[in-house]
Parts: sequence; structure tokens; C-alpha cells
Amino acid sequence: MTQDELLLHLRKTIAQVLKAPYYKKRLAEVGIYYPGDVKSLEDFRKIPLTDKEALRQNYPFGLFAEPLEKMVRIHASSGTTGKPTVVGYTREDIQLWAKIVANGLRRAGITSNDVVQVAYGYGLFTGGMGLHYGCEELGALVIPISGGNTQRQLMLMRDFGSTVLCCTPSYALYLADSLEEEGMTKEDLKLRVGIFGAEPWTEQMRAEIETRLGIRALDIYGLSETMGPGVSLECLKGEGLHIDENFYPEILDKDGNVLPEGETGELVLTSFNKMGFPGLRYRTKDITSITYGSCTCGHTGWTMKRVSARVDDMLIIRGVNVFPSQIEEAILSVGGIEPHYLIVVDREGNLDTLEVQIEVNAASFNDEIRELEELQQRLQTKIHEILNIAARVRLVEPKSIPRSEGKAKRVIDKRKEKQLS
Amino acid sequence: MLQLSIFLENAQGRLADALNTLADLQVNIRALSLADTKDYGVLRIIVENPEEVAEKLRERNCVVKITQVWVLKVPDSPGGLAGQLNKLVAEGVNVEYMYGFVEKENEQAQVVLRVRDAEIMQAAMDKLALK
Ligand SMILES: [Zn+2]
Repeated sequence: MTQDELLLHLRKTIAQVLKAPYYKKRLAEVGIYYPGDVKSLEDFRKIPLTDKEALRQNYPFGLFAEPLEKMVRIHASSGTTGKPTVVGYTREDIQLWAKIVANGLRRAGITSNDVVQVAYGYGLFTGGMGLHYGCEELGALVIPISGGNTQRQLMLMRDFGSTVLCCTPSYALYLADSLEEEGMTKEDLKLRVGIFGAEPWTEQMRAEIETRLGIRALDIYGLSETMGPGVSLECLKGEGLHIDENFYPEILDKDGNVLPEGETGELVLTSFNKMGFPGLRYRTKDITSITYGSCTCGHTGWTMKRVSARVDDMLIIRGVNVFPSQIEEAILSVGGIEPHYLIVVDREGNLDTLEVQIEVNAASFNDEIRELEELQQRLQTKIHEILNIAARVRLVEPKSIPRSEGKAKRVIDKRKEKQLS
Repeated sequence: MLQLSIFLENAQGRLADALNTLADLQVNIRALSLADTKDYGVLRIIVENPEEVAEKLRERNCVVKITQVWVLKVPDSPGGLAGQLNKLVAEGVNVEYMYGFVEKENEQAQVVLRVRDAEIMQAAMDKLALK
């Protein structure tokens, strides 16, 4: 895309967002009243960022750019603090979304011959229906099973011969656990590809899912505020997530400066061609980096690295920025341990404490205390190497850390609980 | 002989839970030792049909390991154990851990031995005609 084409697209988006009261006000603050007021990329970068907070303050429909009679669907993400964030779609938006997801899936080698088990939640959450419409657009056979009900998931997966599984990566691991408990093996299934997203995951988790389910595990990315799943998706080459051409990505540092290609920071997205709920410089709070180029799968444009952390997930322990994904990386690199862990942050006196509970399994358990202590020590050393702070590793019994059918709970910050009480 | 080792968290009631599970499974424990640290312990037991018991424990989410150990009869007199051990050490046996128990039927004192190298131990046992 040339600079001129990019500006043209951005101006089209600005024309659309100006129909929403919230954006009209924000743009006026920086002297933009008409799309033509943005004459360069520098002008565009003056536009204030929008975040989840803006959606809450303008609840429910303040960011909609079309009247309600033109809208055909609403999605919302659960607000952890009260009000949900609401997004709306016109008929054209739903069709655009389906095409975007279908294009991504096509690059991931999925065809109309596939049987796709959509085990993301259906409803206000965008995961289930986003994949559902994308698969139908592609002509694949969809099993709209939604999340949970694990025994049934496995039975239908076997009986219907599902070839593609769509769910969160932690649920994929949970399914792998349950597969064994149900007396089945991966050979009883026809799965060949998994499309996993809605939470950050690691390369090691990918390796474990791929081995245990006998599939290629691909990452999908998206958020309801910019569309839903499908903003970007990995192709089979596995060199990052290709961002769909309907989105313009920027990577910002913590002061809001745009970073050059390849540098790591917060992903900020602007949508093209979206009508009901267009997005202009929306802060995703996801940390990644982007590069521009073409891939043998046919994608040209932006490609992002997998999201390994969220701005919100960042823990500050003894003044050091810590992401749970870094601790997971440490655990997995020591090996022999499945990624069931819990990070407990607390404060003793004026000192933050970090405890990492890790479940012992058949592979890591040794009859000799000395060996167990060595394992504990290796884990502590590795965490110290990666984070540069001391952690106390505690080995715990299997299945003692609560499992979740959706997103895994990995962190307990007792400092927050103490502040509240 | 095969020994079962079970990983236990050092929390109130965990040892009792484990022993209750073994009782439920109708397992008779012939010998037992508990090695513990601040956070966790390893319960080591000698039972009939260890493989079968291990499988049942795994079904109940226990982490179990089967290890080879030796059971040694010990003369019931001062220096009895030391005498036996000295002979084994002289043959190059390296003991990881051991624990004693008394066989009920004949009141015979015995020890369970876990060694670093099973082959050396077997050779020593054969040579010394120990059982
Ligand atoms: Zn590609």
C-alpha cells in the first residue's frame, strides 16, 4: 500500500468516525473537522488514542457511527468493573468480518472440505460467532458447540470427524488431558489444525498442544473493539500473524510515540471499511511488534508477532516489570513440567514476594528429595535469570491448581486484595 | 523388590488422605517411610502388587513412582546393621537412603535400601549371599 493509498483509507475512516459524537469531539480537540484536515501521516498521529475507558464512559452506544436501525448485531465484552464495552455491526460489517476470518483461515490451509468445531463461547463474546461466520463464508462444515461440556466435545469431535478445532489454547490443553481420561487417543480423532486465541500463549504451549493432539496449532488474534477474532492469523509458514488488510497497525511506546518496524510496544489499531463501529487509533493493550512484507502464502502487508503479554497483565514486583508469560517461559524451559502454574504475589512488610506454584507430574517427580530440591532450585535460578528478581518455587500436587474451561487464571495478587480490605 | 513413592504436599491432612486412599484400595502397607521438607514430602511404601496399586493411585490423581529397592535382613544384635552395611560399602555400593521395619511374623528386623547403582548392589548381594 502506498502512502497515498494509506492516507485515502485513513480519511475514509475519519469520515465515518466523525458521525459518532465521541470521535467528533476528540478530533475537534486536535483541529480535525473534515477528513481532508489529515494531510499526512504526521497529522494522523496527532489524533488522540481511544481505549476501553472511552467505551465505558460512552456506554452503551456513544461510539456508534450509524443509527441503531442500520445495526444488525451487538457484541460486548464483560467489564470486570461494572459496565460492559458494547460494539455494534451493520449488515455490511458482518459480511466484511466473515470475509476477513475466511481469508485468514484460507491462508491457514483450511478449506471447504474441513469440519470445524467451534468451541469458543457463543453469545455476546465475539469468539464463537466470529469463527462461525468465517467458516461458513469459506464453505467449511461448522459444529457450533460453543465452550465447555468437555466429554461431549470429545465425543462429537470423534463421531463427526472434526478436522479443525477453534478454542482458547488453555482449553485445548484441558481437552488433551480429558482425552486421556476418556480412554481415547489422538488417533481416534481426525483433527489436523487448531485455531487458538483469546488469551496469550507461548511457543512451548504450542509444542505441547501439537504433540498431544497431533495437530498444527495456529494463533488467531482479535478483539471485539476492533471487530473480533480474525484481525490477524498465522499461516502455515508460522512466521507471525498476518494482519488483515482492513486494519492499520501502529506500535507505540509507553509515552505514545510511534515505534519503527520490528520494535516491541503496544499495538494500536485503526479499521478500514467498517461502518457501524469504526475504530480510530484504538489501544489494544496487547504487546507485540510488526513488520511489513509479503509471505509465500499470498499475504502482503503487516505481520505481527504473537502477543506474549498485555499492558494490563504487567505486574510490578519490587519495582521490576514482570509479565506472567516470562515466568511461564522459565518453567517450560526447565522442562519436564506441564504448564500448570500459579503466580502468587504478596507483600511482607515493605517487600513484595513472588511465589510460583508448580504442579509436579509423573515426568518431573523423583523419589529422591535431593532431585526434587534440585528441580526447585533450577526453576528458581531460571526465573531469576529471566526476571532478575528472586522467586520462591513451590512444588504442589497435580490438579491442585484450579482448572478453567475458558481463560486460565495464572496470577493471584494478594497486594490488591489487601488494599481493598 | 519394588517400592512405591508418592508425592505429598506438606499440608494438613494430606498424609492421612493418602493413607485413607490406600485403605480404601485394601492395600496392606508392609513398610513405610516419610521423607519431608518444608513444602512437600515423599511417602515411600512397600506393598503387595506394587504396579497394580500404582495404577489405582494414578487414577486418583496421585503422582507415583516405582523404584527398585532391596530388603535386607539384619541380625537383631548391636552392630548388626553396621556389619551388613560395611560389607556392602566394601563392594562399592552407594546408599541413597534406607529405612528399617520389623517383619511381624518372625519379629525379624529388616531394612529397605535404595542405592545409586542397581547392578553393583545385585552383584554385591550375590557375592555376599545376602537376602
Ligand atoms: Zn504467510
